[in-house]
Amino acid sequence: MIHTLINMFSYTFMMRAITVGILVSLCSALLGVSLVLKRYSMIGDGLSHVGFGSLAVATALGLSPLKITVPVVIIAAVLLLRLSEKSKLKGDSAIGIISVTAMAVGVLSVSVSTGLNTDLYSYLFGSILAMTADDVTLSIILSAAVIALYVIFYNRIFAVTFDEHFAKAGGTPAPLYNMLIAVLTAITIVLGMRMMGSLIISALIIFPAVTSMRLCKSYRSVTLCSAVLSVVCFCIGIVISFLYDLPTGASIVTVNAVMLIVFMIIEKIVKR
Amino acid sequence: MSLISAKNITLAYDGTEVVHNLSFSIDRGDYLCIIGENGSGKSTLTKALLGLISPVQGTVEYGDGLKSKEIGYLPQQTDVQKDFPASVYEIVLSGCHNALGRLPFYKTTHKSRAEFALKRLGIENIRNTCYHELSGGQQQRVLLARALCATDRLLILDEPAAGLDPIITTQFYEIIKELNTKENITIIMVSHDKSAVLDYSDKILHLTDDSYIFASKNEYLNSDFGKSFLGGGAK
Ligand SMILES: Nc1ncnc2c1ncn2[C@@H]1O[C@H](COP(=O)(O)OP(=O)(O)OP(=O)(O)O)[C@@H](O)[C@H]1O
Ligand SMILES: [Mg+2]
Repeated sequence: MIHTLINMFSYTFMMRAITVGILVSLCSALLGVSLVLKRYSMIGDGLSHVGFGSLAVATALGLSPLKITVPVVIIAAVLLLRLSEKSKLKGDSAIGIISVTAMAVGVLSVSVSTGLNTDLYSYLFGSILAMTADDVTLSIILSAAVIALYVIFYNRIFAVTFDEHFAKAGGTPAPLYNMLIAVLTAITIVLGMRMMGSLIISALIIFPAVTSMRLCKSYRSVTLCSAVLSVVCFCIGIVISFLYDLPTGASIVTVNAVMLIVFMIIEKIVKR
Repeated sequence: MSLISAKNITLAYDGTEVVHNLSFSIDRGDYLCIIGENGSGKSTLTKALLGLISPVQGTVEYGDGLKSKEIGYLPQQTDVQKDFPASVYEIVLSGCHNALGRLPFYKTTHKSRAEFALKRLGIENIRNTCYHELSGGQQQRVLLARALCATDRLLILDEPAAGLDPIITTQFYEIIKELNTKENITIIMVSHDKSAVLDYSDKILHLTDDSYIFASKNEYLNSDFGKSFLGGGAK
């Protein structure tokens, strides 16, 4: 087994997948805390479907997938945020409609261009073979930017997430920071989508935050714990998927789910 | 020069007027109570004073170099999610976010403000406790401490004692009065609590559906309006 593990690092595609995966896990964990607390997790889900649609269309047209999908999903993020700020209920159904439509457009364009084959499968469930060297570079730059912006604005993001009215009264433009969170989420989702799969990427946003909230009592500890958990779960997941030849995204989500159960059990024990 | 003054302001939501042609001004060190029935526009007025909504007519003017973002605010409702993980210290410190300017992180001066506010409100001992594990009274103290971090001049408190038991309520009002007298912080407080209005305020702004009265407490009490409103509550 140790031999297989050492072997794992000798493949270029594995090194790429691990690099991008760790960065995406970090980004999604950080943003997940705000999204879950603001009840915006639906937006993450909607964005991953839009991402799927645009990825499929870009591929069908022979365009560079990341360079098309990043701006499309950012625009979708701004739109979805507006919708859900207007009215929670209408917002939720609008997000539902947009995601399903994007999904349908994606499926159609895949079937027209190449037929329903492995492409579709890899968009939905991810493929660690998907990353080219260019993609890796772009991913590193973008996720570094996401992490840097998050850290720089951490205190304001906290203020806005905790109490928008108070934040506004103190001169922090809350809508702008909501927008920032949505845009950073869009970037993270697109980056993670091709490796983890669009059906699964939004789980990576929700799980670490929800899991850490079982045990951590302050915003900072939830944030740090989410970041660590997310990276740890990713690493365990990708090793398992490599060792037993399982789909990467699904393995990572399963590890996250197990972690959540473990945290819930510990919470029960601690509370007693 | 007065600290804050409203000049003929009219406030409206989507064309529906809530406050019409209102003027008043308060000076440094004043303790103003805003009273009036539910829906008379008290919260709306506080939001206008904070610059969160702009009047459709008239202006809100700040004197003495006060800026709207330097006002400490305790909102009527804080729609904080039930299980939001945030420690008391984190919340109190977040009151300093208006002083960050271009800095990304809080400086020592901000942190010592937070320490001062924690002490002032007597909540240092629960600084690491999670907000949602606190009682209603403790939560209000935390939010008042946060407001205190944001200002050394003017606090706008929108029904700060709503939902607190009588003993805690009195304690809370005493703290606010102390901030007013000892730290010389001007107070604007929305309240339905007649005895608090009588005990603590020195000016009163009474909003009604179609009009308003702005007067010092004594003038107000001697007016017919004041007598009938405060009725049995008068000493
Ligand atoms: N965001 C809003 N959009 C539209 N109308 C609003 C909004 N907020 C308040 N109103 C309306 O404005 C009027 C005044 O509301 P406001 O909250 O200022 O009253 P209030 O005096 O603070 O009442 P209470 O004592 O219940 O707190 C009410 O009729 C209310 O329906
Ligand atoms: Mg009100």
